Amino acid sequence: MILVKLIETLQRSMKTVLGVVWAVLALLLVWSLFVHPESAPEPAGEEGGMLASLHSVFEKWPGLWALFGFLGCCVIIYVSKAFGHAGIMVREDYYDE
Amino acid sequence: MNDFWLHPTLILLAGAVLLPLVPRALKRPFLLAVPVLLLARIVCMTAHQGDYGDVVFLDWHLRFGRVDGLSSVFGVIMGLMAVIGTLYGLHVKEDAQHIAAWIYVGGSVGAVYAGDFLTLFLFWEVMAFSSVFLIWFRRRPRSLGAGYRYLLVHVAGGLALLGGIVLNYQATHSWAFDHLDVAHPTAAIYLIMVGFILNAAVPPLHAWLPDAYGEATFNGSVFLCAFTTKTAVYALCRGLAGMDILVPLGVAMALYGVVYAVLENDSRRLLAYHIISQVGYMVAAAGLGTAMAINGACAHAFAHILYKGLLFMGCGSVLYMTGESRFTELGGLWRRMPWTFLFTLIGGLSISAFPLFSGFVSKSMIVAAGFEEKRYWVGFLLMLASAGTFLHTGLKVPYFIWFGKNQPRPETLARAVDPPWNMMAAMAVAAFFCIFIGCAPGLLYQLLPYKAEALAYAPYTPYHICETLLILLFTAVGFFLLLRKLTPEPLISLDLDWFYRKGGRAFLWVACHPIQAVDTFVGELYRVAGLAPLMVAARVASLFDGRVIDGAVDGLASAVRDAGRRLRSAQRGAMQESLAFTFAIAAVLLMVLVFLAHKS
Repeated sequence: MILVKLIETLQRSMKTVLGVVWAVLALLLVWSLFVHPESAPEPAGEEGGMLASLHSVFEKWPGLWALFGFLGCCVIIYVSKAFGHAGIMVREDYYDE
Repeated sequence: MNDFWLHPTLILLAGAVLLPLVPRALKRPFLLAVPVLLLARIVCMTAHQGDYGDVVFLDWHLRFGRVDGLSSVFGVIMGLMAVIGTLYGLHVKEDAQHIAAWIYVGGSVGAVYAGDFLTLFLFWEVMAFSSVFLIWFRRRPRSLGAGYRYLLVHVAGGLALLGGIVLNYQATHSWAFDHLDVAHPTAAIYLIMVGFILNAAVPPLHAWLPDAYGEATFNGSVFLCAFTTKTAVYALCRGLAGMDILVPLGVAMALYGVVYAVLENDSRRLLAYHIISQVGYMVAAAGLGTAMAINGACAHAFAHILYKGLLFMGCGSVLYMTGESRFTELGGLWRRMPWTFLFTLIGGLSISAFPLFSGFVSKSMIVAAGFEEKRYWVGFLLMLASAGTFLHTGLKVPYFIWFGKNQPRPETLARAVDPPWNMMAAMAVAAFFCIFIGCAPGLLYQLLPYKAEALAYAPYTPYHICETLLILLFTAVGFFLLLRKLTPEPLISLDLDWFYRKGGRAFLWVACHPIQAVDTFVGELYRVAGLAPLMVAARVASLFDGRVIDGAVDGLASAVRDAGRRLRSAQRGAMQESLAFTFAIAAVLLMVLVFLAHKS
């Protein structure tokens, strides 16, 4: 089957795949230096205070969204797991008697 | 009533009534024909917008068919999903399952086209009472309990809604279901809101959703995930658009679903938590209430029904084929179920809003509306939730079912093959639409209620593509770096249903322990304090009876007998003697009396 063969090929050449992935990420970061939002940048700190200026910083440096994604992912995982292990996660038959 | 106007729900109801009578050979064509007719009818209606189906009932003016931009976009996607869902479960032999699903869809479609609150409430309840069967038909003891909880929660929500509707009628003397005065919310508006947000699964009224959707049948969840919450989103957009409290609720919801999705071990419960997260975007958008936000809510509901249906179909296929939906019991299925993997991945990329997939053109409208309204925290937090969405639905679900280090049990692996053709076809149709909408958003935008604003919105700008790809791909980097941390654990997570599940048990405990104890105490009290003295009293009474009364009676009897004997000896039979004796005594007594009277 074509799909299985494709996955097999990708798995065999894992190193190449990873190399391509890193290259794509690097290219994206480079690209982000050249793109600008459609709407004109707002004067910072007009309404919404700190978050507004933060948003204009993000618009000025789109590469920061990469940091946002990565840190967001870490925060979500760590906070959720800490929350879960604080007594929220229980054995599967908890509700059965 | 106007000229004859065929309500789309009638097609489904007629189909449901006729289904058991259809001969087996024609069953499958019939099963497909009914939802296709429904879709055709809805598409026809979209072309002729206006008010239809007016009925005068008692003194009330009811309207069954309000066809406008807002109801049409929801109607079309519900019709389409009815076709896909029925195709997915086409091989299910049990008529009752199809009937329940159709009545449920009919309720949803009816609620969307309802022009007044009474009609809305009627269809609202039809939805609750028909959809519970989609849970019960799984026929596990757990499904039975989950179904009852689902029903009780929805009945409570329905009562809140009804209370709000009646109070609203009292205030406005109108049943019309139009935009309410959300700037000055009254108790009526808050009650209506509670009814709506319960169906939208807004925390803290959300726990019914993962509880029920994780327990429903493999195809029941496909229907459930599409209709209840989206009907509620429609109702919020229609009646409560711009209600400020919905914005924080929606954002909290978007993040809440993400947190629980990290913890979840059951793939379908994970997807259920992501419904909460995704509906959060729509609720927040309804709260923002601008043209852009309402467009975003409708577009996102449209896209969401397709990709979430696709995801539930993918995980439902795994459940149907292997009997397992838990990540800890699955893994490495890519060789066995490659097509299911591909379709689920398409659903995952769509929900994550990858460019060229449907989520990209809908979710971004809501985020943009947040930033446009200068609600920066809304925009930022919703973007954080998008990262979480990709993390779980785009990466965790496909990775831990089809790859991962976990080895499922041999019997699970042996059963794992791609599902029957109809399930594959349904997934293919949904996958096609996910990509189609992503690539050609103009067609979806034309359906939206604020068409001009929608068509002016351009999702595919270099900045937006670059921004989205950066967030998503670096989230993926985080996922693979922290893969270990994410390994599913064979545990369940407590949610707010704990309160009524354990609350019910606490009630049972109260019934079994304190109330039982009081009952026992009263019994004991009766035995000790009631029965024993009674016995003593009885014994005393019997003693009294034996000794005193019997003694007295006996004594009296013997006294009478003795007296009789003496009297007998005094009687000698002479009448005159007796009379003389009697008179003598009487004379003595009389003389004593006269003497006493004279003395005084």
